[in-house]
Amino acid sequence: MPKRGAPPEINAGSMADIAFLLLVFFLVTTTMDTDLGLARLLPPPILEDVETPPIKERNVFVVLVNANDQLLVEGDLMEIDELREAAKEFIANPANEENLPEKKEKDVPFFGKMMVSKQVISLQNDNGTSYDMYIQVQNELAAAYNELRNEIAMDQFGVSYDALVEAGDKAKVKAVREVYPQRISEAEPKDVGKK
Amino acid sequence: MSKFKKKDDKGGPGISTASLPDIVFMLLFFFMVTTVMREVDLKVQISQPEATEVKKLENKALVCYIYIGEPVESNKYGTKERIQLNDAFATPEDIGSYVEEFRASKDEAEVPLITTSLKVDSETEMGIVTEVKQELRMVYALKINYSTRERLDR
Repeated sequence: MPKRGAPPEINAGSMADIAFLLLVFFLVTTTMDTDLGLARLLPPPILEDVETPPIKERNVFVVLVNANDQLLVEGDLMEIDELREAAKEFIANPANEENLPEKKEKDVPFFGKMMVSKQVISLQNDNGTSYDMYIQVQNELAAAYNELRNEIAMDQFGVSYDALVEAGDKAKVKAVREVYPQRISEAEPKDVGKK
Repeated sequence: MSKFKKKDDKGGPGISTASLPDIVFMLLFFFMVTTVMREVDLKVQISQPEATEVKKLENKALVCYIYIGEPVESNKYGTKERIQLNDAFATPEDIGSYVEEFRASKDEAEVPLITTSLKVDSETEMGIVTEVKQELRMVYALKINYSTRERLDR
């Protein structure tokens, strides 16, 4: 009967090689990118011909983009860099001007009585507009809202709106949103869906 | 007399590599856990536009992707922008059933949380994008996300 000694040791030296091989595979296939983007909510479809309630002209900020990626804001040609300031001025209407949106007193938590403007931004683009331009316009409009929200959150809470969102302080975020509600309306496309 | 003198071992004791596999395994597990396999092969070229006001897309399992751009194999498919759903080209009419299919694969309670991510090339004309948006409205897939890269300046 053969004597049983200790079993022979398995050489573990190549284990590192195997692990390296797997490591390299996962290093190569991994994509660390987080998906970033502009979040938007589409309006629900209009099923029958519903009369849209009339909106006063002074409450609407009309942004048109044509096929050559040119901007027409409230009847004037404008460069994309100027859009943010113009939108901010329109949304806030600090001087209560006649041609800028009306304001209505509203009770907002944390803020008390606030004058909330009845602003709506109307965005219409051409079928030939480039997607890049469209995103730039959307981005500038979103930036206008965010800057105003940051300002008011800074005044009231001492922190920016972005910080509130990040901290998940839902009540305060909601209050700030109530003061400056984001209303970007996209016009119903006219020649889309033809069959 | 030997020509090759045996070098006497003067260096210190060799560094033990026994813990090397452990370290490598640690890295390996990290990458195995964080890795996300690309779910589709892109058949369209997409260079995303840049924006500053970006938000992170949360809960990737509940994101339904739509790709729009010029076909990669332009000699075969031409240079007109196409829509890609899953692994195939599609027309705007297919989007409704695509979204419904995606919803059916998810839990009912999670359906309202589904976001549709539009990955569109920046050179694309808005016509096709608007058509896609109209189709999404028809099936009440109203939460959308225009996928962009983050621009850090300004």
